Amino acid sequence: MNVAVAIDQISEDALPSASEAGPAPKRIVVTYGFWIFLLSDIVMFAALFASYAVLVRSTAGGPTGAQLFNQGTVAIETACLLVSSYTCGLMSLAVNSRRRLATYLGALITFALGATFLSLELREFSNMIAIGATPQRSAFLSAFFTLVGCHGLHVALGLIWLAVMMVQVAVFGFATRVQHRLLCFSLFWHALDIVWVGVFTVVYLMGVSP
Amino acid sequence: MTEARHERAPGDRPSREMDASAPSEFLVYTIGLFVAVLLTATSFWAANTSLIWPGGVALGLAVLAIAQMGIHLVFFLHITSGPESTNNVLALAFGVLIVFVVVAGTMWIVADMNGNMMMPSGAPMSMRMQH
Repeated sequence: MNVAVAIDQISEDALPSASEAGPAPKRIVVTYGFWIFLLSDIVMFAALFASYAVLVRSTAGGPTGAQLFNQGTVAIETACLLVSSYTCGLMSLAVNSRRRLATYLGALITFALGATFLSLELREFSNMIAIGATPQRSAFLSAFFTLVGCHGLHVALGLIWLAVMMVQVAVFGFATRVQHRLLCFSLFWHALDIVWVGVFTVVYLMGVSP
Repeated sequence: MTEARHERAPGDRPSREMDASAPSEFLVYTIGLFVAVLLTATSFWAANTSLIWPGGVALGLAVLAIAQMGIHLVFFLHITSGPESTNNVLALAFGVLIVFVVVAGTMWIVADMNGNMMMPSGAPMSMRMQH
Protein backbone atom coordinates (compact mmCIF):
# COMPACT_ATOMS: atom_id res chain seq x y z
CA MET A 1 0.00 0.00 0.00
CA ASN A 2 2.91 2.33 0.72
CA VAL A 3 4.19 1.70 -2.78
CA ALA A 4 0.84 2.74 -4.21
CA VAL A 5 0.88 5.92 -2.13
CA ALA A 6 4.41 6.68 -3.31
CA ILE A 7 3.42 6.17 -6.94
CA ASP A 8 0.49 8.52 -6.46
CA GLN A 9 2.73 11.20 -5.07
CA ILE A 10 5.11 10.93 -8.02
CA SER A 11 2.55 11.46 -10.75
CA GLU A 12 -0.94 12.67 -10.01
CA ASP A 13 -2.13 12.10 -13.55
CA ALA A 14 -1.10 8.52 -14.23
CA LEU A 15 -3.42 6.58 -11.93
CA PRO A 16 -2.47 2.93 -11.45
CA SER A 17 -5.19 0.52 -12.48
CA ALA A 18 -7.03 -1.49 -9.85
CA SER A 19 -4.80 -4.52 -10.41
CA GLU A 20 -1.62 -2.47 -10.01
CA ALA A 21 -2.79 -0.80 -6.82
CA GLY A 22 -2.58 -3.99 -4.76
CA PRO A 23 -5.30 -5.62 -2.68
CA ALA A 24 -8.38 -3.50 -2.07
CA PRO A 25 -8.84 -2.04 1.41
CA LYS A 26 -11.00 -3.95 3.88
CA ARG A 27 -13.86 -1.48 3.67
CA ILE A 28 -14.31 -2.30 -0.02
CA VAL A 29 -13.87 -6.05 0.42
CA VAL A 30 -16.36 -6.23 3.31
CA THR A 31 -19.08 -4.20 1.62
CA TYR A 32 -18.55 -5.94 -1.72
CA GLY A 33 -19.13 -9.28 -0.03
CA PHE A 34 -22.24 -7.90 1.62
CA TRP A 35 -23.37 -6.54 -1.77
CA ILE A 36 -23.11 -10.10 -3.18
CA PHE A 37 -25.19 -11.38 -0.22
CA LEU A 38 -27.83 -8.71 -0.87
CA LEU A 39 -28.05 -9.69 -4.54
CA SER A 40 -28.51 -13.35 -3.56
CA ASP A 41 -31.21 -12.24 -1.12
CA ILE A 42 -32.93 -10.38 -3.96
CA VAL A 43 -32.72 -13.54 -6.10
CA MET A 44 -34.53 -15.38 -3.30
CA PHE A 45 -37.21 -12.67 -3.29
CA ALA A 46 -37.46 -13.08 -7.07
CA ALA A 47 -38.38 -16.74 -6.55
CA LEU A 48 -41.08 -15.69 -4.05
CA PHE A 49 -42.36 -13.04 -6.48
CA ALA A 50 -42.49 -15.66 -9.25
CA SER A 51 -44.49 -18.08 -7.10
CA TYR A 52 -46.84 -15.26 -6.09
CA ALA A 53 -47.37 -14.23 -9.72
CA VAL A 54 -48.14 -17.84 -10.65
CA LEU A 55 -50.56 -18.43 -7.76
CA VAL A 56 -52.27 -15.02 -7.56
CA ARG A 57 -55.47 -16.28 -9.26
CA SER A 58 -55.63 -19.59 -7.36
CA THR A 59 -57.93 -18.35 -4.63
CA ALA A 60 -59.84 -21.67 -4.34
CA GLY A 61 -63.08 -19.77 -3.86
CA GLY A 62 -61.58 -17.77 -0.98
CA PRO A 63 -61.10 -14.02 -0.68
CA THR A 64 -59.15 -12.26 -3.42
CA GLY A 65 -56.58 -9.52 -3.05
CA ALA A 66 -59.05 -6.82 -4.07
CA GLN A 67 -61.30 -7.83 -1.15
CA LEU A 68 -58.50 -8.04 1.42
CA PHE A 69 -56.06 -5.20 0.72
CA ASN A 70 -56.45 -1.72 2.17
CA GLN A 71 -54.60 0.86 0.08
CA GLY A 72 -54.53 3.44 2.87
CA THR A 73 -52.50 1.15 5.11
CA VAL A 74 -50.16 0.28 2.25
CA ALA A 75 -49.59 3.97 1.47
CA ILE A 76 -48.63 4.67 5.10
CA GLU A 77 -46.35 1.60 5.18
CA THR A 78 -44.68 2.73 1.95
CA ALA A 79 -44.16 6.25 3.28
CA CYS A 80 -42.67 4.88 6.54
CA LEU A 81 -40.18 2.67 4.73
CA LEU A 82 -39.20 5.34 2.19
CA VAL A 83 -38.57 8.02 4.82
CA SER A 84 -36.70 5.52 7.01
CA SER A 85 -34.45 4.77 4.03
CA TYR A 86 -33.79 8.51 3.76
CA THR A 87 -33.02 8.90 7.47
CA CYS A 88 -30.78 5.83 7.26
CA GLY A 89 -28.85 7.61 4.50
CA LEU A 90 -28.55 10.72 6.68
CA MET A 91 -27.36 8.49 9.54
CA SER A 92 -24.56 7.11 7.36
CA LEU A 93 -23.54 10.70 6.53
CA ALA A 94 -23.37 11.42 10.27
CA VAL A 95 -21.26 8.28 10.74
CA ASN A 96 -18.86 9.39 7.99
CA SER A 97 -18.35 12.76 9.68
CA ARG A 98 -18.18 11.15 13.18
CA ARG A 99 -21.14 13.05 14.62
CA ARG A 100 -22.36 10.84 17.44
CA LEU A 101 -25.55 12.71 18.36
CA ALA A 102 -26.73 12.92 14.73
CA THR A 103 -26.01 9.20 14.35
CA TYR A 104 -28.19 8.36 17.35
CA LEU A 105 -30.95 10.67 16.12
CA GLY A 106 -30.91 9.18 12.61
CA ALA A 107 -30.93 5.65 14.03
CA LEU A 108 -33.80 6.52 16.38
CA ILE A 109 -35.99 7.92 13.58
CA THR A 110 -35.09 5.00 11.29
CA PHE A 111 -35.95 2.52 14.06
CA ALA A 112 -39.25 4.27 14.89
CA LEU A 113 -40.36 4.32 11.23
CA GLY A 114 -39.34 0.69 10.73
CA ALA A 115 -41.24 -0.33 13.87
CA THR A 116 -44.31 1.60 12.66
CA PHE A 117 -44.12 -0.24 9.34
CA LEU A 118 -43.84 -3.59 11.10
CA SER A 119 -46.73 -2.94 13.49
CA LEU A 120 -48.99 -1.84 10.61
CA GLU A 121 -48.07 -4.99 8.70
CA LEU A 122 -48.70 -7.23 11.70
CA ARG A 123 -52.07 -5.55 12.30
CA GLU A 124 -52.97 -6.15 8.65
CA PHE A 125 -51.98 -9.83 8.96
CA SER A 126 -53.97 -10.31 12.17
CA ASN A 127 -57.02 -8.64 10.62
CA MET A 128 -56.79 -10.98 7.63
CA ILE A 129 -56.39 -14.04 9.84
CA ALA A 130 -59.34 -12.91 11.97
CA ILE A 131 -61.67 -13.01 8.95
CA GLY A 132 -60.45 -16.45 7.92
CA ALA A 133 -57.91 -15.39 5.30
CA THR A 134 -55.15 -17.60 6.75
CA PRO A 135 -52.20 -19.00 4.78
CA GLN A 136 -53.97 -22.38 4.74
CA ARG A 137 -57.05 -20.97 2.99
CA SER A 138 -55.71 -20.88 -0.59
CA ALA A 139 -52.54 -21.02 -2.65
CA PHE A 140 -52.86 -17.28 -3.25
CA LEU A 141 -52.85 -16.57 0.49
CA SER A 142 -49.94 -18.98 1.09
CA ALA A 143 -47.88 -17.13 -1.52
CA PHE A 144 -48.98 -13.75 -0.15
CA PHE A 145 -48.01 -14.52 3.45
CA THR A 146 -44.70 -16.08 2.34
CA LEU A 147 -43.67 -13.09 0.20
CA VAL A 148 -44.85 -10.24 2.41
CA GLY A 149 -44.01 -12.12 5.61
CA CYS A 150 -40.47 -12.77 4.38
CA HIS A 151 -40.01 -9.05 3.74
CA GLY A 152 -41.45 -8.27 7.18
CA LEU A 153 -39.04 -10.76 8.74
CA HIS A 154 -36.15 -8.96 7.02
CA VAL A 155 -37.38 -5.63 8.42
CA ALA A 156 -37.61 -7.15 11.92
CA LEU A 157 -34.06 -8.51 11.64
CA GLY A 158 -32.92 -5.10 10.37
CA LEU A 159 -34.43 -3.41 13.43
CA ILE A 160 -32.60 -5.81 15.77
CA TRP A 161 -29.39 -5.20 13.83
CA LEU A 162 -29.84 -1.42 14.10
CA ALA A 163 -30.34 -1.65 17.88
CA VAL A 164 -27.20 -3.81 18.20
CA MET A 165 -25.24 -1.33 16.07
CA MET A 166 -26.24 1.58 18.32
CA VAL A 167 -25.00 -0.37 21.34
CA GLN A 168 -21.73 -0.95 19.48
CA VAL A 169 -21.41 2.76 18.68
CA ALA A 170 -22.01 3.54 22.35
CA VAL A 171 -19.42 1.00 23.53
CA PHE A 172 -16.72 1.09 20.82
CA GLY A 173 -17.33 4.53 19.29
CA PHE A 174 -16.66 4.89 15.58
CA ALA A 175 -14.11 2.09 15.38
CA THR A 176 -13.25 0.90 11.89
CA ARG A 177 -15.11 -2.38 12.23
CA VAL A 178 -18.19 -0.59 13.58
CA GLN A 179 -18.10 1.71 10.56
CA HIS A 180 -17.94 -1.30 8.21
CA ARG A 181 -20.96 -2.84 9.93
CA LEU A 182 -22.91 0.42 9.77
CA LEU A 183 -22.18 0.67 6.04
CA CYS A 184 -23.43 -2.90 5.57
CA PHE A 185 -26.55 -2.07 7.59
CA SER A 186 -27.38 0.93 5.42
CA LEU A 187 -26.95 -1.22 2.29
CA PHE A 188 -29.30 -3.81 3.80
CA TRP A 189 -31.90 -1.21 4.71
CA HIS A 190 -31.88 0.43 1.25
CA ALA A 191 -32.14 -3.01 -0.40
CA LEU A 192 -35.21 -3.79 1.74
CA ASP A 193 -36.81 -0.61 0.45
CA ILE A 194 -36.11 -1.71 -3.15
CA VAL A 195 -37.80 -5.06 -2.44
CA TRP A 196 -40.75 -3.22 -0.90
CA VAL A 197 -41.17 -1.20 -4.14
CA GLY A 198 -41.69 -4.54 -5.89
CA VAL A 199 -44.06 -5.77 -3.16
CA PHE A 200 -46.38 -2.79 -3.10
CA THR A 201 -46.48 -2.63 -6.91
CA VAL A 202 -46.98 -6.33 -7.67
CA VAL A 203 -49.01 -7.40 -4.63
CA TYR A 204 -51.04 -4.39 -3.57
CA LEU A 205 -51.45 -2.01 -6.53
CA MET A 206 -51.73 -4.64 -9.27
CA GLY A 207 -53.91 -6.71 -6.91
CA VAL A 208 -56.53 -4.00 -6.38
CA SER A 209 -56.51 -2.31 -9.78
CA PRO A 210 -59.46 -3.41 -11.90
CA MET B 1 -7.95 7.85 0.78
CA THR B 2 -5.92 7.00 -2.33
CA GLU B 3 -7.55 3.58 -2.59
CA ALA B 4 -10.97 5.05 -3.27
CA ARG B 5 -9.73 6.29 -6.63
CA HIS B 6 -9.56 2.81 -8.02
CA GLU B 7 -12.55 1.11 -6.47
CA ARG B 8 -15.49 2.16 -4.43
CA ALA B 9 -17.42 0.22 -1.84
CA PRO B 10 -21.12 -0.22 -2.60
CA GLY B 11 -23.01 2.55 -0.88
CA ASP B 12 -20.01 4.86 -0.74
CA ARG B 13 -19.94 8.33 -2.25
CA PRO B 14 -16.77 10.02 -3.47
CA SER B 15 -15.75 12.47 -0.78
CA ARG B 16 -15.52 16.13 -1.64
CA GLU B 17 -11.75 16.25 -1.30
CA MET B 18 -11.46 13.80 -4.18
CA ASP B 19 -14.05 15.39 -6.42
CA ALA B 20 -14.91 18.98 -5.68
CA SER B 21 -17.64 19.03 -8.32
CA ALA B 22 -19.58 16.22 -6.62
CA PRO B 23 -22.86 17.49 -5.19
CA SER B 24 -23.25 17.43 -1.42
CA GLU B 25 -24.32 14.04 -0.14
CA PHE B 26 -27.25 15.49 1.79
CA LEU B 27 -28.54 16.98 -1.47
CA VAL B 28 -28.21 13.61 -3.24
CA TYR B 29 -30.31 11.84 -0.61
CA THR B 30 -32.90 14.62 -0.62
CA ILE B 31 -33.26 14.57 -4.41
CA GLY B 32 -33.61 10.78 -4.24
CA LEU B 33 -36.34 11.02 -1.61
CA PHE B 34 -38.20 13.67 -3.61
CA VAL B 35 -38.13 11.68 -6.87
CA ALA B 36 -39.05 8.44 -5.08
CA VAL B 37 -42.04 10.11 -3.39
CA LEU B 38 -43.14 11.48 -6.77
CA LEU B 39 -42.93 8.04 -8.41
CA THR B 40 -44.72 6.33 -5.51
CA ALA B 41 -47.53 8.88 -5.58
CA THR B 42 -47.85 8.39 -9.35
CA SER B 43 -48.06 4.62 -8.83
CA PHE B 44 -50.88 4.94 -6.30
CA TRP B 45 -52.67 7.45 -8.55
CA ALA B 46 -52.33 5.19 -11.62
CA ALA B 47 -53.74 2.20 -9.74
CA ASN B 48 -56.89 4.11 -8.76
CA THR B 49 -57.59 6.43 -11.66
CA SER B 50 -60.13 5.76 -14.37
CA LEU B 51 -58.35 8.06 -16.82
CA ILE B 52 -55.99 5.31 -18.02
CA TRP B 53 -57.11 2.37 -20.13
CA PRO B 54 -57.36 -0.48 -17.56
CA GLY B 55 -55.28 -2.83 -19.68
CA GLY B 56 -52.33 -0.47 -19.56
CA VAL B 57 -52.31 0.11 -15.79
CA ALA B 58 -50.24 -2.99 -14.96
CA LEU B 59 -47.60 -2.09 -17.54
CA GLY B 60 -47.49 1.50 -16.30
CA LEU B 61 -47.11 0.32 -12.69
CA ALA B 62 -44.26 -1.99 -13.73
CA VAL B 63 -42.47 0.86 -15.49
CA LEU B 64 -42.91 3.16 -12.47
CA ALA B 65 -41.61 0.44 -10.11
CA ILE B 66 -38.52 -0.22 -12.23
CA ALA B 67 -37.87 3.53 -12.46
CA GLN B 68 -38.13 3.83 -8.69
CA MET B 69 -35.75 0.90 -8.14
CA GLY B 70 -33.30 2.70 -10.42
CA ILE B 71 -33.69 5.90 -8.40
CA HIS B 72 -33.00 3.97 -5.18
CA LEU B 73 -29.91 2.37 -6.71
CA VAL B 74 -28.47 5.67 -7.95
CA PHE B 75 -29.40 8.07 -5.15
CA PHE B 76 -29.41 5.81 -2.07
CA LEU B 77 -26.98 3.02 -2.98
CA HIS B 78 -24.79 5.34 -5.12
CA ILE B 79 -24.31 2.94 -8.02
CA THR B 80 -22.60 4.93 -10.76
CA SER B 81 -21.26 4.21 -14.22
CA GLY B 82 -17.76 5.29 -13.22
CA PRO B 83 -14.79 2.94 -13.47
CA GLU B 84 -14.48 2.75 -9.67
CA SER B 85 -17.77 0.89 -9.29
CA THR B 86 -17.37 -1.54 -12.19
CA ASN B 87 -17.33 -4.56 -9.85
CA ASN B 88 -20.52 -3.47 -8.13
CA VAL B 89 -22.29 -2.87 -11.43
CA LEU B 90 -21.17 -6.24 -12.83
CA ALA B 91 -22.46 -8.07 -9.76
CA LEU B 92 -25.72 -6.12 -9.97
CA ALA B 93 -26.08 -6.96 -13.67
CA PHE B 94 -25.63 -10.65 -12.92
CA GLY B 95 -28.22 -10.42 -10.13
CA VAL B 96 -30.70 -8.71 -12.43
CA LEU B 97 -30.11 -11.41 -15.06
CA ILE B 98 -30.87 -14.18 -12.53
CA VAL B 99 -33.94 -12.33 -11.26
CA PHE B 100 -35.21 -11.98 -14.82
CA VAL B 101 -34.57 -15.66 -15.62
CA VAL B 102 -36.26 -16.86 -12.41
CA VAL B 103 -39.35 -14.65 -12.72
CA ALA B 104 -39.93 -14.76 -16.48
CA GLY B 105 -38.91 -18.42 -16.77
CA THR B 106 -41.22 -19.52 -13.95
CA MET B 107 -44.19 -17.62 -15.31
CA TRP B 108 -43.58 -18.89 -18.85
CA ILE B 109 -43.08 -22.54 -17.88
CA VAL B 110 -46.01 -22.67 -15.46
CA ALA B 111 -48.35 -20.92 -17.90
CA ASP B 112 -47.29 -23.42 -20.57
CA MET B 113 -47.86 -26.41 -18.26
CA ASN B 114 -51.16 -24.97 -17.16
CA GLY B 115 -52.22 -24.65 -20.79
CA ASN B 116 -51.24 -28.26 -21.53
CA MET B 117 -53.02 -29.77 -18.52
CA MET B 118 -55.34 -32.62 -19.45
CA MET B 119 -58.51 -31.15 -18.04
CA PRO B 120 -62.11 -31.21 -19.20
CA SER B 121 -62.25 -28.42 -21.74
CA GLY B 122 -65.21 -26.85 -19.98
CA ALA B 123 -63.35 -26.35 -16.72
CA PRO B 124 -62.59 -22.68 -16.06
CA MET B 125 -59.05 -21.45 -15.59
CA SER B 126 -59.46 -21.08 -11.86
CA MET B 127 -60.35 -24.76 -11.50
CA ARG B 128 -56.99 -25.83 -12.86
CA MET B 129 -54.91 -24.39 -10.07
CA GLN B 130 -56.60 -25.06 -6.80
CA HIS B 131 -53.71 -26.45 -4.83
